[in-house]
Amino acid sequence: MASLNVKINDLSLKNPVMTASGTFGYGLEFADFVPLEEIGGIIVKGTTLHPRQGNDYPRMAETPSGILNCVGLQNKGIDYFCEHIYPQIKDINTNMIVNVSGSSPDDYAECAARIDALEGIPAIELNISCPNVKQGGMAFGVTCEGAASVVRAVRARYHKTLIVKLSPNVTSVSEIARAVEAEGADSVSLINTLMGMAIDIERRKPLLSINTGGLSGPAVKPVALRMVWQVAKAVKIPVVGLGGICTATDAIEFLMAGATAIEIGTANFIDPAVTIKVRDGINDWLDSHGCHSVQEIIGTLDA
Amino acid sequence: MPGVDLGIWVAAIKIRIHKPESMKKYILDLTVSAIEAIHEKYVLIKLTQEAPLPPMLPGQFVEVRVDDSPSTFLRRPISINFVDESANELWLLVAAVGDGTRRLARLHVGDTVNCVLPLGNSFTLPTRADQKILLVGGGVGVAPLLYFGKKIREMGAEPTFLLGARSAHDLLLLDEFKKYGRVYVTTEDATAGEKGFVTNHSLLQNEHFDQISTCGPKPMMMAVARYAQQADIDCEVSLENKMACGLGACLCCVEKTTEGNVCVCTEGPVLNIKKLLWQV
Repeated sequence: MASLNVKINDLSLKNPVMTASGTFGYGLEFADFVPLEEIGGIIVKGTTLHPRQGNDYPRMAETPSGILNCVGLQNKGIDYFCEHIYPQIKDINTNMIVNVSGSSPDDYAECAARIDALEGIPAIELNISCPNVKQGGMAFGVTCEGAASVVRAVRARYHKTLIVKLSPNVTSVSEIARAVEAEGADSVSLINTLMGMAIDIERRKPLLSINTGGLSGPAVKPVALRMVWQVAKAVKIPVVGLGGICTATDAIEFLMAGATAIEIGTANFIDPAVTIKVRDGINDWLDSHGCHSVQEIIGTLDA
Repeated sequence: MPGVDLGIWVAAIKIRIHKPESMKKYILDLTVSAIEAIHEKYVLIKLTQEAPLPPMLPGQFVEVRVDDSPSTFLRRPISINFVDESANELWLLVAAVGDGTRRLARLHVGDTVNCVLPLGNSFTLPTRADQKILLVGGGVGVAPLLYFGKKIREMGAEPTFLLGARSAHDLLLLDEFKKYGRVYVTTEDATAGEKGFVTNHSLLQNEHFDQISTCGPKPMMMAVARYAQQADIDCEVSLENKMACGLGACLCCVEKTTEGNVCVCTEGPVLNIKKLLWQV
Protein backbone atom coordinates (compact mmCIF):
# COMPACT_ATOMS: atom_id res chain seq x y z
CA MET A 1 0.00 0.00 0.00
CA ALA A 2 1.74 3.13 -1.26
CA SER A 3 1.26 6.53 0.32
CA LEU A 4 -1.21 8.49 -1.78
CA ASN A 5 -1.07 11.68 0.24
CA VAL A 6 -0.51 14.93 -1.70
CA LYS A 7 -0.64 18.58 -0.76
CA ILE A 8 -2.01 21.64 -2.55
CA ASN A 9 -0.67 24.56 -0.56
CA ASP A 10 -1.93 23.87 3.00
CA LEU A 11 -4.57 21.52 1.78
CA SER A 12 -3.74 17.92 2.53
CA LEU A 13 -5.41 15.32 0.31
CA LYS A 14 -5.51 11.69 1.41
CA ASN A 15 -5.17 10.79 -2.25
CA PRO A 16 -4.87 12.78 -5.47
CA VAL A 17 -8.37 11.93 -6.73
CA MET A 18 -10.96 14.70 -6.60
CA THR A 19 -14.30 15.16 -8.33
CA ALA A 20 -14.87 17.90 -10.90
CA SER A 21 -17.46 20.56 -10.22
CA GLY A 22 -20.85 19.97 -11.81
CA THR A 23 -20.34 16.24 -12.20
CA PHE A 24 -20.71 15.00 -8.64
CA GLY A 25 -23.45 17.19 -7.19
CA TYR A 26 -22.70 17.89 -3.54
CA GLY A 27 -21.28 14.40 -3.14
CA LEU A 28 -24.46 13.26 -1.40
CA GLU A 29 -25.96 12.15 -4.72
CA PHE A 30 -23.18 9.54 -4.96
CA ALA A 31 -23.13 8.36 -1.34
CA ASP A 32 -24.80 5.05 -2.25
CA PHE A 33 -22.00 4.22 -4.67
CA VAL A 34 -18.75 5.40 -3.08
CA PRO A 35 -17.53 6.06 0.45
CA LEU A 36 -17.27 9.85 0.11
CA GLU A 37 -14.65 10.17 2.84
CA GLU A 38 -12.26 8.06 0.76
CA ILE A 39 -12.14 10.58 -2.08
CA GLY A 40 -9.25 13.06 -1.90
CA GLY A 41 -11.52 16.05 -2.42
CA ILE A 42 -15.05 16.78 -3.58
CA ILE A 43 -15.50 19.94 -5.61
CA VAL A 44 -19.17 20.77 -5.46
CA LYS A 45 -21.42 22.50 -7.96
CA GLY A 46 -20.60 25.96 -9.27
CA THR A 47 -22.00 28.49 -6.80
CA THR A 48 -22.71 32.16 -7.44
CA LEU A 49 -23.61 35.10 -5.23
CA HIS A 50 -27.17 35.19 -6.55
CA PRO A 51 -29.37 32.27 -7.65
CA ARG A 52 -29.17 31.36 -11.34
CA GLN A 53 -31.73 29.43 -13.38
CA GLY A 54 -29.14 28.37 -15.96
CA ASN A 55 -29.82 28.04 -19.67
CA ASP A 56 -32.89 26.57 -21.31
CA TYR A 57 -33.26 22.90 -22.15
CA PRO A 58 -31.74 21.22 -24.19
CA ARG A 59 -28.49 21.55 -22.33
CA MET A 60 -26.68 18.41 -23.37
CA ALA A 61 -25.67 16.65 -26.57
CA GLU A 62 -23.94 13.31 -26.63
CA THR A 63 -20.87 12.73 -28.79
CA PRO A 64 -19.10 9.43 -29.46
CA SER A 65 -16.59 9.96 -26.64
CA GLY A 66 -17.90 12.76 -24.52
CA ILE A 67 -20.73 15.22 -24.06
CA LEU A 68 -21.41 18.84 -24.83
CA ASN A 69 -23.21 20.80 -22.15
CA CYS A 70 -24.52 24.32 -21.72
CA VAL A 71 -26.00 24.09 -18.23
CA GLY A 72 -25.01 27.68 -17.50
CA LEU A 73 -24.26 27.57 -13.76
CA GLN A 74 -27.74 26.75 -12.50
CA ASN A 75 -27.54 27.01 -8.71
CA LYS A 76 -29.54 28.43 -5.83
CA GLY A 77 -26.93 30.97 -4.78
CA ILE A 78 -24.57 31.29 -1.83
CA ASP A 79 -27.27 32.02 0.79
CA TYR A 80 -29.07 28.79 -0.03
CA PHE A 81 -25.75 26.96 -0.03
CA CYS A 82 -24.79 28.23 3.42
CA GLU A 83 -28.19 27.58 4.91
CA HIS A 84 -29.28 24.31 3.35
CA ILE A 85 -26.35 22.52 1.71
CA TYR A 86 -23.41 23.31 3.97
CA PRO A 87 -24.96 21.70 7.08
CA GLN A 88 -25.38 18.47 5.12
CA ILE A 89 -21.84 18.31 3.78
CA LYS A 90 -19.64 19.95 6.40
CA ASP A 91 -19.03 16.75 8.31
CA ILE A 92 -18.09 14.60 5.34
CA ASN A 93 -14.56 13.62 6.27
CA THR A 94 -12.76 14.84 3.16
CA ASN A 95 -11.92 18.17 1.57
CA MET A 96 -15.23 19.72 0.55
CA ILE A 97 -14.31 22.42 -1.95
CA VAL A 98 -16.74 24.92 -3.44
CA ASN A 99 -16.49 26.00 -7.06
CA VAL A 100 -17.21 29.72 -7.24
CA SER A 101 -18.39 31.70 -10.23
CA GLY A 102 -19.60 35.23 -10.84
CA SER A 103 -20.26 37.98 -13.32
CA SER A 104 -17.90 40.61 -11.89
CA PRO A 105 -14.74 40.52 -9.74
CA ASP A 106 -16.79 41.90 -6.84
CA ASP A 107 -19.34 39.10 -7.22
CA TYR A 108 -16.61 36.51 -7.06
CA ALA A 109 -14.98 38.19 -4.08
CA GLU A 110 -18.22 38.52 -2.10
CA CYS A 111 -19.14 34.89 -2.73
CA ALA A 112 -15.60 33.76 -1.77
CA ALA A 113 -15.69 35.86 1.40
CA ARG A 114 -18.91 34.15 2.44
CA ILE A 115 -17.28 30.77 1.98
CA ASP A 116 -14.14 31.88 3.82
CA ALA A 117 -16.28 31.99 6.95
CA LEU A 118 -17.36 28.35 6.60
CA GLU A 119 -15.10 26.22 8.75
CA GLY A 120 -15.84 23.01 6.87
CA ILE A 121 -14.77 24.35 3.49
CA PRO A 122 -10.95 24.44 3.32
CA ALA A 123 -10.61 25.66 -0.27
CA ILE A 124 -12.41 27.13 -3.24
CA GLU A 125 -11.99 26.57 -6.94
CA LEU A 126 -12.49 29.79 -8.83
CA ASN A 127 -14.29 29.20 -12.12
CA ILE A 128 -13.08 31.80 -14.59
CA SER A 129 -13.67 29.42 -17.45
CA CYS A 130 -17.36 28.55 -17.81
CA PRO A 131 -18.10 28.78 -21.54
CA ASN A 132 -21.87 28.81 -21.08
CA VAL A 133 -22.72 32.15 -19.49
CA LYS A 134 -22.94 35.46 -21.26
CA GLN A 135 -21.46 37.59 -18.53
CA GLY A 136 -18.46 36.59 -16.49
CA GLY A 137 -17.22 33.03 -16.50
CA MET A 138 -14.95 32.45 -19.44
CA ALA A 139 -14.86 36.13 -20.34
CA PHE A 140 -12.46 36.57 -17.41
CA GLY A 141 -10.48 33.46 -18.10
CA VAL A 142 -9.40 34.18 -21.66
CA THR A 143 -7.21 37.20 -20.99
CA CYS A 144 -4.38 37.61 -18.50
CA GLU A 145 -5.83 40.93 -17.30
CA GLY A 146 -9.33 39.51 -16.82
CA ALA A 147 -8.06 36.45 -14.97
CA ALA A 148 -5.76 38.56 -12.81
CA SER A 149 -8.55 41.01 -11.91
CA VAL A 150 -10.78 38.26 -10.53
CA VAL A 151 -8.00 36.55 -8.61
CA ARG A 152 -6.82 39.88 -7.15
CA ALA A 153 -10.33 40.71 -5.92
CA VAL A 154 -10.85 37.27 -4.43
CA ARG A 155 -7.38 36.99 -2.89
CA ALA A 156 -8.02 40.18 -0.92
CA ARG A 157 -11.02 38.58 0.79
CA TYR A 158 -10.30 34.85 0.77
CA HIS A 159 -7.59 33.46 3.02
CA LYS A 160 -7.68 29.72 2.53
CA THR A 161 -6.49 27.60 -0.39
CA LEU A 162 -7.43 29.22 -3.68
CA ILE A 163 -7.47 27.05 -6.80
CA VAL A 164 -8.18 28.79 -10.12
CA LYS A 165 -9.83 26.75 -12.87
CA LEU A 166 -8.53 27.64 -16.30
CA SER A 167 -10.12 27.62 -19.71
CA PRO A 168 -8.57 25.71 -22.61
CA ASN A 169 -10.21 28.11 -25.05
CA VAL A 170 -7.17 30.39 -25.16
CA THR A 171 -4.02 30.84 -27.21
CA SER A 172 -1.63 30.29 -24.33
CA VAL A 173 -2.94 28.70 -21.17
CA SER A 174 0.53 28.99 -19.60
CA GLU A 175 0.37 32.79 -19.74
CA ILE A 176 -3.00 32.82 -17.99
CA ALA A 177 -1.64 30.42 -15.40
CA ARG A 178 1.33 32.70 -14.72
CA ALA A 179 -0.98 35.70 -14.45
CA VAL A 180 -3.11 34.08 -11.74
CA GLU A 181 -0.04 32.75 -9.95
CA ALA A 182 1.30 36.31 -9.79
CA GLU A 183 -1.94 37.42 -8.09
CA GLY A 184 -1.60 34.86 -5.34
CA ALA A 185 -3.47 31.79 -6.57
CA ASP A 186 -2.35 28.73 -4.61
CA SER A 187 -3.02 26.31 -7.44
CA VAL A 188 -4.48 26.10 -10.92
CA SER A 189 -6.81 23.39 -12.19
CA LEU A 190 -7.27 22.64 -15.86
CA ILE A 191 -8.97 22.14 -18.19
CA ASN A 192 -12.53 23.37 -18.14
CA THR A 193 -14.57 22.27 -21.17
CA LEU A 194 -13.62 22.96 -24.77
CA MET A 195 -16.13 25.02 -26.73
CA GLY A 196 -17.99 22.91 -29.25
CA MET A 197 -21.24 22.47 -31.12
CA ALA A 198 -23.58 19.82 -32.52
CA ILE A 199 -26.31 20.11 -35.15
CA ASP A 200 -29.61 18.36 -35.87
CA ILE A 201 -29.40 18.16 -39.66
CA GLU A 202 -33.12 17.45 -40.16
CA ARG A 203 -34.17 20.60 -38.33
CA ARG A 204 -31.05 22.56 -39.36
CA LYS A 205 -30.77 23.64 -35.78
CA PRO A 206 -28.11 23.40 -33.08
CA LEU A 207 -28.73 20.63 -30.56
CA LEU A 208 -28.02 22.98 -27.64
CA SER A 209 -30.32 25.81 -26.58
CA ILE A 210 -27.57 28.44 -26.72
CA ASN A 211 -26.03 26.96 -29.88
CA THR A 212 -22.64 26.14 -28.40
CA GLY A 213 -21.51 24.26 -25.33
CA GLY A 214 -18.52 22.81 -23.56
CA LEU A 215 -17.08 19.44 -24.57
CA SER A 216 -15.95 17.07 -21.82
CA GLY A 217 -15.12 13.40 -21.56
CA PRO A 218 -12.42 11.18 -23.09
CA ALA A 219 -12.47 13.23 -26.30
CA VAL A 220 -10.67 16.12 -24.57
CA LYS A 221 -8.09 14.11 -22.64
CA PRO A 222 -5.12 14.51 -25.00
CA VAL A 223 -5.70 18.27 -25.17
CA ALA A 224 -5.98 18.50 -21.39
CA LEU A 225 -2.86 16.43 -20.86
CA ARG A 226 -0.84 18.63 -23.20
CA MET A 227 -2.01 21.78 -21.42
CA VAL A 228 -1.34 20.36 -17.95
CA TRP A 229 2.19 19.43 -19.06
CA GLN A 230 2.80 22.93 -20.42
CA VAL A 231 1.37 24.72 -17.38
CA ALA A 232 3.23 22.51 -14.90
CA LYS A 233 6.46 23.66 -16.50
CA ALA A 234 5.35 27.31 -16.50
CA VAL A 235 4.30 27.79 -12.86
CA LYS A 236 5.65 26.93 -9.41
CA ILE A 237 2.26 26.40 -7.75
CA PRO A 238 0.68 22.91 -7.81
CA VAL A 239 -1.39 22.01 -10.85
CA VAL A 240 -4.61 20.00 -10.69
CA GLY A 241 -5.27 18.08 -13.90
CA LEU A 242 -8.65 17.23 -15.34
CA GLY A 243 -10.23 16.52 -18.69
CA GLY A 244 -11.55 13.12 -19.72
CA ILE A 245 -9.98 11.08 -16.94
CA CYS A 246 -11.77 7.72 -16.73
CA THR A 247 -9.15 5.26 -15.52
CA ALA A 248 -6.11 5.02 -13.25
CA THR A 249 -3.92 4.99 -16.37
CA ASP A 250 -5.42 8.33 -17.42
CA ALA A 251 -4.82 9.71 -13.93
CA ILE A 252 -1.21 8.52 -13.83
CA GLU A 253 -0.57 10.19 -17.19
CA PHE A 254 -1.67 13.52 -15.70
CA LEU A 255 0.42 12.97 -12.57
CA MET A 256 3.51 12.18 -14.63
CA ALA A 257 2.83 15.24 -16.80
CA GLY A 258 3.11 17.33 -13.64
CA ALA A 259 -0.30 17.37 -11.95
CA THR A 260 -0.21 17.10 -8.15
CA ALA A 261 -3.83 15.95 -8.08
CA ILE A 262 -6.53 15.15 -10.61
CA GLU A 263 -10.27 15.62 -10.94
CA ILE A 264 -12.72 13.14 -12.40
CA GLY A 265 -15.71 14.67 -14.12
CA THR A 266 -17.84 13.26 -16.91
CA ALA A 267 -16.75 9.68 -16.12
CA ASN A 268 -18.92 9.88 -12.97
CA PHE A 269 -21.95 9.83 -15.26
CA ILE A 270 -20.97 6.50 -16.79
CA ASP A 271 -19.69 4.85 -13.64
CA PRO A 272 -20.80 6.51 -10.40
CA ALA A 273 -18.12 4.51 -8.53
CA VAL A 274 -15.24 5.47 -10.83
CA THR A 275 -13.44 7.71 -8.30
CA ILE A 276 -12.61 4.90 -5.92
CA LYS A 277 -11.63 2.60 -8.80
CA VAL A 278 -9.16 5.22 -10.03
CA ARG A 279 -7.75 5.66 -6.54
CA ASP A 280 -7.31 1.90 -6.15
CA GLY A 281 -5.81 1.66 -9.62
CA ILE A 282 -3.21 4.32 -8.84
CA ASN A 283 -2.29 2.48 -5.67
CA ASP A 284 -2.01 -0.86 -7.51
CA TRP A 285 0.23 0.68 -10.15
CA LEU A 286 2.48 2.22 -7.53
CA ASP A 287 2.69 -1.08 -5.65
CA SER A 288 3.48 -3.07 -8.75
CA HIS A 289 6.20 -0.60 -9.73
CA GLY A 290 7.86 -0.55 -6.33
CA CYS A 291 6.84 3.04 -5.56
CA HIS A 292 6.24 3.85 -1.91
CA SER A 293 4.53 7.16 -2.59
CA VAL A 294 2.57 8.84 -5.33
CA GLN A 295 5.08 11.70 -4.98
CA GLU A 296 7.58 9.47 -6.78
CA ILE A 297 5.71 9.81 -10.06
CA ILE A 298 4.45 13.42 -10.04
CA GLY A 299 6.13 15.42 -12.79
CA THR A 300 8.52 12.62 -13.68
CA LEU A 301 7.75 12.54 -17.36
CA ASP A 302 10.87 11.77 -19.37
CA ALA A 303 10.46 14.30 -22.15
CA MET B 1 -65.09 -5.92 4.59
CA PRO B 2 -62.42 -5.32 7.23
CA GLY B 3 -60.19 -8.07 5.82
CA VAL B 4 -59.88 -6.32 2.47
CA ASP B 5 -59.28 -2.96 4.07
CA LEU B 6 -56.52 -4.39 6.20
CA GLY B 7 -54.91 -5.93 3.12
CA ILE B 8 -54.89 -2.59 1.32
CA TRP B 9 -53.57 -0.88 4.38
CA VAL B 10 -50.70 -3.37 4.74
CA ALA B 11 -49.85 -3.02 1.03
CA ALA B 12 -49.91 0.77 1.36
CA ILE B 13 -47.56 0.65 4.33
CA LYS B 14 -45.22 -1.69 2.49
CA ILE B 15 -44.96 0.63 -0.47
CA ARG B 16 -44.70 3.80 1.61
CA ILE B 17 -41.62 2.45 3.38
CA HIS B 18 -39.79 2.92 0.10
CA LYS B 19 -39.91 6.65 -0.46
CA PRO B 20 -37.86 7.36 -3.59
CA GLU B 21 -35.57 9.82 -1.80
CA SER B 22 -34.62 7.26 0.82
CA MET B 23 -34.30 4.29 -1.50
CA LYS B 24 -30.76 3.02 -1.77
CA LYS B 25 -29.40 3.02 -5.31
CA TYR B 26 -27.24 0.24 -6.70
CA ILE B 27 -24.85 -0.46 -9.55
CA LEU B 28 -25.65 -4.02 -10.53
CA ASP B 29 -24.41 -6.45 -13.13
CA LEU B 30 -27.65 -8.14 -14.09
CA THR B 31 -27.95 -11.17 -16.36
CA VAL B 32 -30.28 -11.40 -19.33
CA SER B 33 -32.70 -14.21 -18.49
CA ALA B 34 -34.88 -13.73 -21.56
CA ILE B 35 -35.03 -11.43 -24.55
CA GLU B 36 -38.13 -11.28 -26.71
CA ALA B 37 -38.33 -9.34 -29.94
CA ILE B 38 -41.86 -7.95 -30.01
CA HIS B 39 -41.30 -6.82 -33.55
CA GLU B 40 -38.47 -5.21 -35.49
CA LYS B 41 -38.51 -2.05 -33.37
CA TYR B 42 -39.33 -3.23 -29.85
CA VAL B 43 -37.65 -5.73 -27.60
CA LEU B 44 -38.49 -6.94 -24.10
CA ILE B 45 -35.38 -7.62 -22.03
CA LYS B 46 -35.75 -9.56 -18.80
CA LEU B 47 -32.92 -9.23 -16.30
CA THR B 48 -32.14 -11.11 -13.13
CA GLN B 49 -29.46 -11.81 -10.55
CA GLU B 50 -28.93 -14.40 -7.84
CA ALA B 51 -29.65 -12.07 -4.93
CA PRO B 52 -33.15 -10.60 -4.67
CA LEU B 53 -33.52 -7.44 -6.77
CA PRO B 54 -33.74 -4.23 -4.74
CA PRO B 55 -37.15 -2.64 -4.15
CA MET B 56 -38.34 -0.55 -7.11
CA LEU B 57 -41.36 1.68 -7.55
CA PRO B 58 -43.56 2.06 -10.62
CA GLY B 59 -42.43 5.06 -12.64
CA GLN B 60 -38.78 4.73 -11.66
CA PHE B 61 -36.09 4.04 -14.23
CA VAL B 62 -32.76 2.35 -14.77
CA GLU B 63 -29.59 3.81 -16.30
CA VAL B 64 -28.28 1.03 -18.53
CA ARG B 65 -24.67 0.98 -19.69
CA VAL B 66 -24.35 0.19 -23.39
CA ASP B 67 -21.20 -1.76 -24.13
CA ASP B 68 -19.69 -2.20 -27.59
CA SER B 69 -21.42 0.72 -29.26
CA PRO B 70 -18.69 3.18 -30.28
CA SER B 71 -21.10 6.08 -30.80
CA THR B 72 -22.86 5.58 -27.46
CA PHE B 73 -21.09 7.36 -24.64
CA LEU B 74 -23.77 7.77 -21.98
CA ARG B 75 -25.93 5.22 -20.25
CA ARG B 76 -29.48 4.92 -21.55
CA PRO B 77 -32.30 5.80 -19.14
CA ILE B 78 -34.99 3.13 -19.52
CA SER B 79 -38.19 3.00 -17.53
CA ILE B 80 -39.00 0.00 -15.40
CA ASN B 81 -41.58 -1.92 -17.41
CA PHE B 82 -42.30 -4.57 -14.82
CA VAL B 83 -40.83 -6.28 -11.79
CA ASP B 84 -41.74 -9.92 -11.47
CA GLU B 85 -40.94 -10.46 -7.79
CA SER B 86 -41.69 -14.19 -7.91
CA ALA B 87 -39.19 -14.74 -10.75
CA ASN B 88 -36.79 -12.05 -9.43
CA GLU B 89 -36.94 -10.42 -12.85
CA LEU B 90 -36.77 -6.81 -13.99
CA TRP B 91 -38.33 -6.14 -17.39
CA LEU B 92 -37.21 -3.37 -19.69
CA LEU B 93 -39.21 -2.60 -22.82
CA VAL B 94 -36.83 -1.01 -25.27
CA ALA B 95 -37.55 0.76 -28.54
CA ALA B 96 -34.54 0.38 -30.81
CA VAL B 97 -34.28 3.94 -32.07
CA GLY B 98 -30.56 4.71 -32.03
CA ASP B 99 -27.24 2.87 -31.98
CA GLY B 100 -27.32 2.41 -28.22
CA THR B 101 -30.80 0.93 -28.00
CA ARG B 102 -30.19 -1.17 -31.14
CA ARG B 103 -27.18 -2.64 -29.36
CA LEU B 104 -29.37 -3.46 -26.35
CA ALA B 105 -31.85 -5.13 -28.68
CA ARG B 106 -29.07 -7.49 -29.80
CA LEU B 107 -28.30 -8.80 -26.31
CA HIS B 108 -28.46 -12.55 -25.73
CA VAL B 109 -29.61 -14.70 -22.83
CA GLY B 110 -26.72 -14.93 -20.37
CA ASP B 111 -25.22 -11.53 -21.30
CA THR B 112 -24.42 -9.12 -18.50
CA VAL B 113 -26.02 -5.68 -18.38
CA ASN B 114 -24.67 -3.06 -16.00
CA CYS B 115 -27.52 -1.08 -14.45
CA VAL B 116 -27.78 1.82 -12.01
CA LEU B 117 -31.11 1.55 -10.22
CA PRO B 118 -33.68 2.45 -9.03
CA LEU B 119 -33.72 6.10 -10.12
CA GLY B 120 -36.30 8.86 -10.03
CA ASN B 121 -39.63 9.16 -8.27
CA SER B 122 -42.77 7.12 -8.67
CA PHE B 123 -46.31 7.40 -9.97
CA THR B 124 -48.84 8.31 -7.28
CA LEU B 125 -50.21 5.15 -5.80
CA PRO B 126 -53.86 4.92 -4.75
CA THR B 127 -54.80 5.50 -1.15
CA ARG B 128 -58.27 3.93 -1.39
CA ALA B 129 -59.52 0.79 -3.12
CA ASP B 130 -62.40 2.66 -4.80
CA GLN B 131 -60.06 5.17 -6.45
CA LYS B 132 -60.41 5.10 -10.22
CA ILE B 133 -57.07 5.56 -11.92
CA LEU B 134 -56.69 5.84 -15.67
CA LEU B 135 -53.32 4.93 -17.11
CA VAL B 136 -52.81 6.41 -20.57
CA GLY B 137 -49.88 5.23 -22.67
CA GLY B 138 -48.69 5.80 -26.20
CA GLY B 139 -46.09 3.83 -28.17
CA VAL B 140 -43.24 2.56 -26.04
CA GLY B 141 -44.48 4.98 -23.36
CA VAL B 142 -46.84 2.23 -22.23
CA ALA B 143 -43.81 0.57 -20.59
CA PRO B 144 -43.94 1.90 -17.00
CA LEU B 145 -47.74 1.59 -16.84
CA LEU B 146 -47.63 -2.21 -16.64
CA TYR B 147 -45.76 -2.28 -13.32
CA PHE B 148 -47.88 0.63 -12.10
CA GLY B 149 -51.04 -1.30 -13.00
CA LYS B 150 -49.80 -4.31 -11.09
CA LYS B 151 -49.08 -2.19 -7.98
CA ILE B 152 -52.51 -0.54 -8.17
CA ARG B 153 -54.07 -3.99 -8.35
CA GLU B 154 -52.01 -5.21 -5.39
CA MET B 155 -53.42 -2.34 -3.35
CA GLY B 156 -56.95 -3.47 -4.05
CA ALA B 157 -57.89 -0.93 -6.70
CA GLU B 158 -58.46 -1.67 -10.38
CA PRO B 159 -56.52 0.28 -12.98
CA THR B 160 -57.97 1.15 -16.37
CA PHE B 161 -55.53 1.22 -19.26
CA LEU B 162 -56.01 3.39 -22.33
CA LEU B 163 -53.27 2.56 -24.80
CA GLY B 164 -52.66 4.19 -28.15
CA ALA B 165 -50.46 3.38 -31.12
CA ARG B 166 -50.13 4.08 -34.83
CA SER B 167 -51.24 0.60 -35.75
CA ALA B 168 -52.32 -2.67 -34.10
CA HIS B 169 -48.80 -3.88 -34.73
CA ASP B 170 -47.40 -1.21 -32.37
CA LEU B 171 -49.64 -2.04 -29.41
CA LEU B 172 -47.29 -3.64 -26.94
CA LEU B 173 -47.83 -6.28 -24.25
CA LEU B 174 -51.66 -6.11 -24.38
CA ASP B 175 -52.02 -9.56 -22.84
CA GLU B 176 -49.90 -8.49 -19.90
CA PHE B 177 -51.96 -5.35 -19.32
CA LYS B 178 -55.17 -7.40 -19.37
CA LYS B 179 -53.97 -9.34 -16.32
CA TYR B 180 -54.29 -6.25 -14.13
CA GLY B 181 -57.22 -4.20 -15.41
CA ARG B 182 -59.54 -3.21 -18.22
CA VAL B 183 -57.73 -2.32 -21.44
CA TYR B 184 -59.01 0.13 -24.09
CA VAL B 185 -57.02 0.87 -27.22
CA THR B 186 -56.90 3.37 -30.05
CA THR B 187 -54.97 3.16 -33.31
CA GLU B 188 -54.45 5.92 -35.82
CA ASP B 189 -55.19 3.56 -38.74
CA ALA B 190 -58.18 1.81 -37.09
CA THR B 191 -56.48 -1.60 -37.15
CA ALA B 192 -57.40 -2.11 -33.48
CA GLY B 193 -59.79 -0.47 -31.00
CA GLU B 194 -61.20 2.93 -31.74
CA LYS B 195 -59.70 5.02 -34.53
CA GLY B 196 -57.77 8.12 -33.61
CA PHE B 197 -55.76 9.29 -30.64
CA VAL B 198 -56.17 8.25 -27.02
CA THR B 199 -57.90 11.53 -26.23
CA ASN B 200 -60.59 10.72 -28.83
CA HIS B 201 -61.60 7.48 -27.08
CA SER B 202 -65.24 7.27 -26.02
CA LEU B 203 -64.17 6.02 -22.60
CA LEU B 204 -63.27 9.57 -21.65
CA GLN B 205 -66.83 10.71 -22.33
CA ASN B 206 -68.47 7.76 -20.62
CA GLU B 207 -66.54 7.38 -17.40
CA HIS B 208 -65.14 9.56 -14.66
CA PHE B 209 -61.69 8.98 -13.22
CA ASP B 210 -60.05 10.36 -10.07
CA GLN B 211 -56.51 10.37 -11.41
CA ILE B 212 -54.81 10.10 -14.78
CA SER B 213 -51.20 8.99 -15.12
CA THR B 214 -49.71 9.14 -18.57
CA CYS B 215 -46.53 8.30 -20.42
CA GLY B 216 -45.80 8.58 -24.12
CA PRO B 217 -44.89 11.08 -26.83
CA LYS B 218 -45.03 14.68 -25.61
CA PRO B 219 -47.87 15.77 -27.95
CA MET B 220 -49.98 12.89 -26.62
CA MET B 221 -49.22 13.75 -23.00
CA MET B 222 -50.05 17.39 -23.67
CA ALA B 223 -53.40 16.38 -25.14
CA VAL B 224 -54.08 14.19 -22.12
CA ALA B 225 -53.06 17.04 -19.81
CA ARG B 226 -55.45 19.37 -21.64
CA TYR B 227 -58.31 16.87 -21.25
CA ALA B 228 -57.51 16.37 -17.55
CA GLN B 229 -57.32 20.09 -16.90
CA GLN B 230 -60.71 20.69 -18.58
CA ALA B 231 -62.29 17.75 -16.76
CA ASP B 232 -60.65 18.81 -13.48
CA ILE B 233 -58.90 15.49 -12.97
CA ASP B 234 -55.60 15.18 -11.17
CA CYS B 235 -53.01 14.31 -13.81
CA GLU B 236 -49.36 13.32 -13.79
CA VAL B 237 -47.03 12.77 -16.74
CA SER B 238 -43.80 10.83 -17.06
CA LEU B 239 -41.17 12.89 -18.88
CA GLU B 240 -38.19 11.65 -20.85
CA ASN B 241 -35.93 14.68 -21.16
CA LYS B 242 -32.43 13.96 -22.44
CA MET B 243 -30.37 12.88 -19.49
CA ALA B 244 -26.72 12.33 -18.64
CA CYS B 245 -26.12 11.25 -15.02
CA GLY B 246 -29.61 10.22 -13.87
CA LEU B 247 -28.60 11.24 -10.33
CA GLY B 248 -29.31 14.97 -10.18
CA ALA B 249 -25.66 15.95 -10.57
CA CYS B 250 -25.29 17.25 -14.13
CA LEU B 251 -28.46 19.38 -14.34
CA CYS B 252 -28.91 18.54 -18.03
CA CYS B 253 -32.43 17.05 -18.03
CA VAL B 254 -34.19 20.04 -16.53
CA GLU B 255 -37.86 20.90 -17.04
CA LYS B 256 -39.26 24.34 -16.33
CA THR B 257 -41.74 24.20 -13.47
CA THR B 258 -43.49 26.48 -11.05
CA GLU B 259 -40.45 25.93 -8.80
CA GLY B 260 -37.93 26.83 -11.52
CA ASN B 261 -35.78 24.38 -13.48
CA VAL B 262 -35.90 20.96 -11.88
CA CYS B 263 -34.07 17.75 -12.78
CA VAL B 264 -36.40 15.25 -14.39
CA CYS B 265 -34.12 12.45 -13.15
CA THR B 266 -34.63 13.23 -9.47
CA GLU B 267 -37.74 15.44 -9.14
CA GLY B 268 -39.36 13.31 -11.86
CA PRO B 269 -39.70 11.57 -14.19
CA VAL B 270 -43.28 11.75 -12.91
CA LEU B 271 -44.54 15.32 -12.49
CA ASN B 272 -48.02 16.63 -11.76
CA ILE B 273 -49.23 18.84 -14.60
CA LYS B 274 -50.00 21.57 -12.05
CA LYS B 275 -46.25 21.91 -11.54
CA LEU B 276 -45.43 22.14 -15.26
CA LEU B 277 -45.43 25.30 -17.34
CA TRP B 278 -46.87 23.54 -20.37
CA GLN B 279 -49.22 25.69 -22.41
CA VAL B 280 -51.96 23.10 -22.68
